[in-house]
Amino acid sequence: MASSTRLAVDIGGTFTDIVLEIGEAGRDGRRLTRKVLTTPRAPEQGVLDGTRAILADAGVGFADIDVFVHGTTLATNAIIERKGAKTALIATDGFRDTIEIAYESRYDQYDVFIEKPRQLVPRALRFTVPERVDVHGAVRLGLDESAVRALVPKLTEAGVESVAITYLHSYANEAHERRTGEILREMLPSLSLTLSCEVCPEVREYDRTSTTIANAYIQPLMAGYLARLRDGFAAEGFKGMVYLMTSGGGLTALETARRFPIRLVESGPAGGAILAANVAAERGERKVLSFDMGGTTAKICLIQEYTPFKSRAFEVDRAARFLKGSGLPVRVPVIEMVEIGAGGGSIARVDELRRITVGPDSAGSEPGPASYGRGGMLPTVTDSDVVLGKIDPARFAGGTIALDVEAARGAVDRAVGQPLSLGSETAAYGVGEIVDENMANAARVHAVERGAVIGEHTLIAFGGAAPLHASRLAEKLGIARIVVPANAGVGSAVGFLRAPVAYELVRSRYMRLDRFDAAAANAVIEAMSAEAQALVAPGAAGRPVFETRVAYMRYLGQGHEIVVPLPARPLTGADAATMRSAYEKEYAQLFERFIPNAVIEVLSWSVTVSTEATRPDAVADPSRGAGPKPIGSRAFYDARLSKRVDVPVYWRGDMKPGGVVPGPAIIAEDETSTFVSALFDAWLDNAGGITLERRRA
Amino acid sequence: MASNSLGQIDLQIMWNRLIAVVEEQAQTLMRTAFSSIVREAGDLSAGVFDLKGRMLAQAVTGTPGHVNSMAESVKHFIRHFPVETMKAGDIYITNDPWMGTGHTNDFVLTTPCFKNGRLVALFSCTSHIMDIGGIGFGPDATDVFMEGLYIPMLKLAEQGKMNETLMAMIRANTRTPVDTEGDVYSLAGCNDVGCRRLVEMMEEFKLDDLDELATFVIDNSRAAVLAEIAKLPKGSWRNEMTIDGYDAPIKLVATTTVSDTGIHVDYTGTDPQARGGINVPHAYTTAYTVFGLGCIVSARIPNNAGSLEPLTVSAPKGTILNAQKPAPVLSRHIIGQMLPDMVFGCMRQAIPDRVPAEGTSCLWNINVRGRVKDGDGGNYGFSVAITSNGGTGARPAADGLSATAYPSGVRGTPVEIAESITPLIFWKKELRPESGGAGRTRGGMGQIIEISSGIDLPFDLLAAYDRIDYPPRGRDGGVDGAAGYVGLTTGQKLKGKGFQQIAPGERLVVMTPGGAGIGDPRSRDPQAVAHDVEEGLVSRETAQRVYGLPLKAAE
Repeated sequence: MASSTRLAVDIGGTFTDIVLEIGEAGRDGRRLTRKVLTTPRAPEQGVLDGTRAILADAGVGFADIDVFVHGTTLATNAIIERKGAKTALIATDGFRDTIEIAYESRYDQYDVFIEKPRQLVPRALRFTVPERVDVHGAVRLGLDESAVRALVPKLTEAGVESVAITYLHSYANEAHERRTGEILREMLPSLSLTLSCEVCPEVREYDRTSTTIANAYIQPLMAGYLARLRDGFAAEGFKGMVYLMTSGGGLTALETARRFPIRLVESGPAGGAILAANVAAERGERKVLSFDMGGTTAKICLIQEYTPFKSRAFEVDRAARFLKGSGLPVRVPVIEMVEIGAGGGSIARVDELRRITVGPDSAGSEPGPASYGRGGMLPTVTDSDVVLGKIDPARFAGGTIALDVEAARGAVDRAVGQPLSLGSETAAYGVGEIVDENMANAARVHAVERGAVIGEHTLIAFGGAAPLHASRLAEKLGIARIVVPANAGVGSAVGFLRAPVAYELVRSRYMRLDRFDAAAANAVIEAMSAEAQALVAPGAAGRPVFETRVAYMRYLGQGHEIVVPLPARPLTGADAATMRSAYEKEYAQLFERFIPNAVIEVLSWSVTVSTEATRPDAVADPSRGAGPKPIGSRAFYDARLSKRVDVPVYWRGDMKPGGVVPGPAIIAEDETSTFVSALFDAWLDNAGGITLERRRA
Repeated sequence: MASNSLGQIDLQIMWNRLIAVVEEQAQTLMRTAFSSIVREAGDLSAGVFDLKGRMLAQAVTGTPGHVNSMAESVKHFIRHFPVETMKAGDIYITNDPWMGTGHTNDFVLTTPCFKNGRLVALFSCTSHIMDIGGIGFGPDATDVFMEGLYIPMLKLAEQGKMNETLMAMIRANTRTPVDTEGDVYSLAGCNDVGCRRLVEMMEEFKLDDLDELATFVIDNSRAAVLAEIAKLPKGSWRNEMTIDGYDAPIKLVATTTVSDTGIHVDYTGTDPQARGGINVPHAYTTAYTVFGLGCIVSARIPNNAGSLEPLTVSAPKGTILNAQKPAPVLSRHIIGQMLPDMVFGCMRQAIPDRVPAEGTSCLWNINVRGRVKDGDGGNYGFSVAITSNGGTGARPAADGLSATAYPSGVRGTPVEIAESITPLIFWKKELRPESGGAGRTRGGMGQIIEISSGIDLPFDLLAAYDRIDYPPRGRDGGVDGAAGYVGLTTGQKLKGKGFQQIAPGERLVVMTPGGAGIGDPRSRDPQAVAHDVEEGLVSRETAQRVYGLPLKAAE
């Protein structure tokens, strides 16, 4: 698609980001970007209006677009706001309340006043039918088809629009779920149906049921939206390919997205991770930590060999404090990232232990930080940056918001300085240190879970607040190199255009390695392979695809599986030994010691079919020379020296590849500012990003 | 001044880091554990201590019972292995109920942590080993020697060399040697991870020892707890509660005294220790008592030697809450987990708006054991605790939580996981309608669970249930929660405590208790009653008779 025209649209909560690329990226091609307000009632309207505008900017039309890639938070928002379809559950007799019993635990050990997450299907709409399959897939009790038929009048009477079907152990035997689906489809053809064996064929009934329900809950809404969008584009003369961005970082065809809309949650952050992977490839950085810090949260994601790590566990709608276990679990392939309540708008205060705390609550954009002068009285991370002098109050957000330094100082004093008897500068420094430490801790935990040594990574910083905090975060993590890419403000949408067409399937099929059954393993893998190939084929449009196969393995008796790569060919009896040694290698990497004599078991298998990711060639590091002249200076408070020092300010547009700006320095641009600490040098690299490198002592 | 205030911020950062270090230690343990109650349910703990044995930080995990008890056990380790004799690569171990966390199933491991050859801290961790031999995980023993292998204070490793004699002894004394050995390695590994992270932090902040940080953490935490206590009314309040006991009811008596210097809970008047294994060593009594106090007095303050110091507990020797060796103690959690309710019963007389009503409180684990038909992976059959719970008590402004652990924080075991590690079939696991005690706010609902053997072999139930004869009590006009029940679908009732065999073809029925209600049910919001009726959790009859909902609204 070297000379093609490609459109990416990312619908967020407030803004819809639009990116249009014409011609070959990075060469003589053009990239246009636009931000328009999201139109929540009819999101396709905002997309169409924004697209018309950006096409006009470029002087091309709908008919010229070859590829349209779309990502949206609509699916997530429908769940958070509980605005999905009227949904019913059909479960195995005796298991009506799986989603309410859930984990039987409290997500906050000491809080006796917590409320559990509100489930998407009320008890009155949770039905059961006699049937039972055991852990091996054997039928212990046949499906009572008359009981299924008897549900039809109840579903109709209650006005149910969508049904989730989740029977116990259906990952081991799908027959009862499929038959139930057939009966309902026959009797109620307009009903939306989601089968757990299709959307999440994995062991653990609560997670599987929750995922199936979430899919059912958003399916009518998303199917309708996607159809209207498709028709709207067609009416404008669009004839190209449409893809949807998934949470796993791959693109999928529109029809697949309509069936499994749950795969669209978190597509925006996934786009950000893809962008970071692309930025890494452009610079030959094999180990990177993507760091996306916006107004409300920071998202941190490990990327090795230009590939983000994947996970299958995710929670939608966590309670305010981002506590694990306070949301609805969804088990779909996602790019693994940690998200914490640390953004420019995160509120700082002093707790009962006289400690400074930051977030997780955010002042958002209304009232916003105190320095916005819109009535916000509580100090935020942005306010602390303003007090310290890291942000130019006249040039914030391209000069659209004039920041009130005194308001920021007053808020920091009231909430932090006075209670702790600290001067406003030291208090502001404390706020910055705490938020940077919170992010550093999240990054450390994330790295540990992957057995990665964090100091070996390069930090890729994007999102409005990240370039201000990247230096200090890197110092805390022992990271020596940082990249701040261009166009960071619409990073997710740019990332959409770099994603491969891909589909990942996971299926539980229990097997002990000491009784390895190659034929059974191949049967599961080949079935998934065929299904994934069929789902990817329309999107791949003839491009070559490749397959990745993995097994989720653990020692017999353990509870958490680790991922072990498998060869992309049929397995043979001899593979039991290679799988064992691959497992032990991974295990020792993660947990230091591996366990002698223990039996190993496979819980699940996974197949990903993907087109080749468009990966740019690495650019050379420019030769270093003298940097540009500063456009001014700012009085920055250096806490270690306990005084203000003049820090030069440079304009990003003035920088030429290789021209070195020594820290401390501030590099300003319209969307954000990059703070270069005294330990770092900065220069523009050959791909348009700012590289920061720690000076050798 | 400037460097002082900066130092204050650095100390805060290091404190945060210390908490992150122990959380990572706990996560490592959870992800590598073999024991199903550890990995699926979170029955573990992890913490870091200074060289005086003062706890500096402890991970928040599923087991409040380890809060003070692990802190005490490190002091015992230091007494047996003085710090000046500790060497890098040493690991110390015990499962002594009176030195550790209250029963032989809990292995406690302590590892000295060195930086540049200098001892800087101790890391300690505990997890619940599924089987340690003896009579098994039930309350039928008549002394502690029947409760499995008893490991005194020993070196598990000496300067990096594993004690293979001890490992062989452990393997030979459990029905699940493979899992148990794996769990020992998993415990050792998590202490290593904690130590490595601590040393990294000390290098970053150029620390040679933890003295200043320890003082900062402990002093600030103590002051914060005392500040919370200062806001409470001062005085003494008494509470009595009777529970089922092993073979006879047991009376628990608590007197809680709030003063300027702290809160003291005294259990004088409580019944003597019992014949069966439901007795509680003192450290475990302290742990659950302090946890209950923490929830209503100092919920946001992390656990460490400073925050725990103002909260003290006493119980006369020989009472069931200060059981003396060789009393059997294996199922000490049954009574231990009642102790927050004991404290709540005192404190509600002082601060009624902050205190819930009585709940199920003790875990209603389905402890099962048996043989399997085909391979066993090196273990002798299966031995599993399937964690399950009843309802919690009503809160002053909200209903109790259904099928939720409190005070324990362990997670329930998924049915599909339980069936993958046992040959059992679950036929039902559903909320138990009408079980939450009625009130202005009602108790949480219990569950109904039905299980049969999936093969033609029997299985053993090691019942350890309470609140069957004495259900959770409602307050201020609220109704009691439903009593628990154990039996067969044939209608035959089973004992709430002790070993019982379920034959193939029979179906075990476990009904967990509901939480108690607060306030007159007739003052409950009629819409909330109507909603419960629509959900099928409260019958129309109850809605009219107990809640006084007009017939029409109840339909």
